[in-house]
Amino acid sequence: MDAQVAATPGTTPLDHDHDHPGPAVYVKIGIILFILTALEVAVYEVGYNHADAGFGAVLHPVVVPVLLLLSACKFALVAMFYMHLKSDSRLFSGVFVFPLVIAAVIICALVALFFYLHSLHY
Amino acid sequence: MADTAHAAHVGAHLETHSETSTGLDSRKLAIWTFIGSECLFFASLIGTYLVYRGRSLVGPFPHEEWVSPAGVHFEPILEIKLVTVGTALLLFSSLFVVLALNGAQRGRRGQLLTWLGMTILCGMFFIGMQVYEFTHFVHKGLTIKTNLFGASFFTLTGFHGTHVTIGVIWLITVFILALRRKLPPEKALNLEIAALYWHFVDVVWVVIFPVVYLMK
Repeated sequence: MDAQVAATPGTTPLDHDHDHPGPAVYVKIGIILFILTALEVAVYEVGYNHADAGFGAVLHPVVVPVLLLLSACKFALVAMFYMHLKSDSRLFSGVFVFPLVIAAVIICALVALFFYLHSLHY
Repeated sequence: MADTAHAAHVGAHLETHSETSTGLDSRKLAIWTFIGSECLFFASLIGTYLVYRGRSLVGPFPHEEWVSPAGVHFEPILEIKLVTVGTALLLFSSLFVVLALNGAQRGRRGQLLTWLGMTILCGMFFIGMQVYEFTHFVHKGLTIKTNLFGASFFTLTGFHGTHVTIGVIWLITVFILALRRKLPPEKALNLEIAALYWHFVDVVWVVIFPVVYLMK
């Protein structure tokens, strides 16, 4: 308690409990997220609309994995820095990541199952 | 004098956070558990969208042109530019809400109100974008009953839009509390919980945007 009372005036005990990043880090992450979003749209434009020649032809077969990778990076950045999972209790990470893994498995299983069923009927 | 005031401030903080067996605030654990359950909810919707992707027998289609048996020509229905702007604003709103939280935790009321107001405006713009998009689609002949794309698209993005709307209403209530000076630093957790929900709504869109709009 004494340590908390002796903390910098104007701050709250919450700051010391969680050690959240400051505004400078938040802005940097925001800029990275904006760049990643611009990259996603660029990958879509080049990979699909200019796929007949040049870099577009190279990019075309890998558009989906690249988009998924960029999306995963954005997801991780928001979860780690804005939702503070990087600095908060690991219990919160567990409560979030465990259902997230189940969710990913559900999506993959559904897609695989219906792809298989569709191949049987057509 | 300053020490006494700060001690009272810490005491108030401890009063608002009752002890738990985990040592963590129960409300924060509750919102994380709720977010975990929401992951499964949106996984089922995204999974359904992916399963029905490309299975529509009649148009309009998301990325391809279509001519109906009656000879009516339909353009690709998705508006990538408009949705990209909405996506960018939703991402910026996540930045704004953490800056507001930072202000709330440090007792900087001006910072709190400014950034929280900006977050609410971004959320409202996103909802407006979605209402415009839905209306535009209906005018172009795509409803929830038209084909499998329409059914899965409106269900997925509609539920997300509902979550954004709830988030905006929640943030407006926190904004009103802050305006009435009822959100001191020791109650910043009230904003942190709303912010966690808002970030979740944002990360769901981070997945929906490439899956629905960018992948052909």
